[in-house]
Amino acid sequence: MDMINCKVNGIAVSVPKGSTILEAARAAGVEIPTLCYMKDINAIGACRICVVEATGARGLATACVYPVAEGMEIKTNTEKVQQARKTTLELILSTHDKKCLSCPRSTNCELQKLCNDYGVTGTEFEGFKPEFAIDDSAPHLVRDNNKCILCRRCVAVCREQFVGILGANDRGIDTHIGQAFKLNLNDTPCISCGQCTVVCPTGALTEKDDTAQVWAAINDPSKHVVMMTAPAVRAALGEEFGGEIGKNVEGKMVAAIRRLGADKVFDIDFGADVTIVEEATELLGRINNKGVLPMITSCSPGWVRFIEQYYPDQLAHLSSCKSPMQMSGAIIKTYYAEKMGLDAKDIVVVGVMPCTAKKYEIKRADEDAAGVPDVDVSITTRELARMIKRQGLNFNALPDEEFDSPLGEDTGAAVIFGTTGGVMEAALRTANDWLTGKDNTEIEFQAVRGAASIKEATVEINGMPIKVAVASGAKAANEIMKKIASGEADWTFVEIMGCPGGCVTGGGQPIHPQYVRDTVDIHALRSKALYDADEAAVLRKSHQSPVVKELYENYYKGEYGCHKAHHDLHTTYVPGKKF
Amino acid sequence: MQKKISSNPFRGTPEQEAKLKEIIAANKHDKSRLMGVMQEAQGVYGYLPIEVQNMIAEGMEVPLEKVFGVATFYAQFSLSPKGDCNISVCLGTACYVKGSGDIYDELQAELGIGGDECTPDGKFSLTACRCIGACGLAPVLTVNEEVYGRLTKDDVPTILAKYGK
Repeated sequence: MDMINCKVNGIAVSVPKGSTILEAARAAGVEIPTLCYMKDINAIGACRICVVEATGARGLATACVYPVAEGMEIKTNTEKVQQARKTTLELILSTHDKKCLSCPRSTNCELQKLCNDYGVTGTEFEGFKPEFAIDDSAPHLVRDNNKCILCRRCVAVCREQFVGILGANDRGIDTHIGQAFKLNLNDTPCISCGQCTVVCPTGALTEKDDTAQVWAAINDPSKHVVMMTAPAVRAALGEEFGGEIGKNVEGKMVAAIRRLGADKVFDIDFGADVTIVEEATELLGRINNKGVLPMITSCSPGWVRFIEQYYPDQLAHLSSCKSPMQMSGAIIKTYYAEKMGLDAKDIVVVGVMPCTAKKYEIKRADEDAAGVPDVDVSITTRELARMIKRQGLNFNALPDEEFDSPLGEDTGAAVIFGTTGGVMEAALRTANDWLTGKDNTEIEFQAVRGAASIKEATVEINGMPIKVAVASGAKAANEIMKKIASGEADWTFVEIMGCPGGCVTGGGQPIHPQYVRDTVDIHALRSKALYDADEAAVLRKSHQSPVVKELYENYYKGEYGCHKAHHDLHTTYVPGKKF
Repeated sequence: MQKKISSNPFRGTPEQEAKLKEIIAANKHDKSRLMGVMQEAQGVYGYLPIEVQNMIAEGMEVPLEKVFGVATFYAQFSLSPKGDCNISVCLGTACYVKGSGDIYDELQAELGIGGDECTPDGKFSLTACRCIGACGLAPVLTVNEEVYGRLTKDDVPTILAKYGK
């Protein structure tokens, strides 16, 4: 490979030909501030924050797109550079609402941090300042263009997610991020993945905050409040309190939720175990009865929304199983309500999820086993952190506590649902045991692990080769669906998650600045927390879960997939359209 | 100024749709031809309403928002239909100092529409243009291919009457 030698702030560094100044600087251990740049996704040189002095460049060079040349000397932080960045920040602020006090991203805003770093307290450039109506039409997110800095990260990530419903419209001073024909966000084929909220450097795109509903339920003595957490939340919540990325904080998370005032703290993992036995039963049924194959998982509401709108004629491939969260809610409002002598109407079920699309899922039709919505409120990992802060809890000093019974017990198979490939592996463990009639000990299916957006494997179960595929991210989902729709796919079982990497990197997870996302493998760290938990678990197969056994023996009083279980735990899909 | 989106109903014909499909078919192998397709589509329909942009997006396999982003960036693309009579008022320097701004305002008042809009009956549309090279006749406007010069705002009703207003 041709290498280029250059110097960054006097540090000699050798980088492959074609590298940008930013890449050379990172190789030299020098960080250059950026606002619009996203590694591999967005390099457009739009924000002008990354300008540096470089020999041979006319004027200041935009580090994220300017290629290094042999012998180039780069200075990243001269007086001239600092002045230019300061002016750029003031220009950005001239059209910004500067309402940091009430902004959900305050203290975790990349613009605010840069303004602090460069001593920019306001703007000298008072002039035309457009005012935008806030778009809160969708159940999952709020778009406030008054905080937008036009970096186009959301545009890039939305196109990377294939859907591309966000873009820059009009030109010059009128340029703004929006949807085609000024449609409300809710009238577009947005899949609610929330990836735009993770990459937005400011508070222009945020999850819709539903914490007020949770506080209201907690403060209402007539309500029995059950809060339950998805597997991926425990692998990331600690990051909101300065903890290292991917540290499993399950114990402190449970302790915190209990101290918020929830009557019970359950683990959605029990619902994941139920999902697996129902889904594996459905899959074997389809194989034996020549049903529609491949069967595709239905745990991810972003993915479900994608297929409903983009492939409405392929819905027969979707498993009819509700997602683990919805199954958990359904079981709480039926089995648990009966067991506790509670009226389902008096139970408020709160899902704590790594996901923004869950806010849309709880409003879906046919998700009401007890005649009331299975889940009442769905909040993100970030909203839970907000509640913990408001409650004044010192999160890191909390003791480790355990989930409540009877719906707090789970298996390792359920924990790994939180990362791409996890549902597939959990299902394979169960299918393998059922078909061989044994308690197999070789249970790690490495071929379906890892962050690749599409993984294909042929796994042998009881001597029968089964072709499977695992995809994460809507772009990969689209590739899979193109093959299925054209009839060239020969998979039996496919797992699809709407977000790249699965739930651990979901749209509701803690937000890190872009330079951290560029340089740290957040997906690997959070996934490791889940695989470690799986490895440490005594029970690692869903059908061995004590909750599953109890449910089917004493409540459903029948086989997996029996009539009552089907009524409570399965759903239907509605063909949609894009526009 | 942000581009205005017409609320006039879409009156596309099957012939126009067939023509657009031909245009898309000839270009869909290369996504970089999006703008060319949009230009030709505007040639067919006179403007680019959501129905047309949606057909382009589906056909070229790009998000609708991408088509809309291009349509709102370039001045040449219109989101409003052209009326049977498209009135274009020159707001170039010479015409403007001779009072074409007043004529433009008067037309808006008479027709009950703003600039870049079309009357609900589809009869008249109004646009502003820059210099059309007839400064000697300033202030000047055109109705379709017809040129009217040395106008005052009092001439507006007479001109409109000629076209059936």
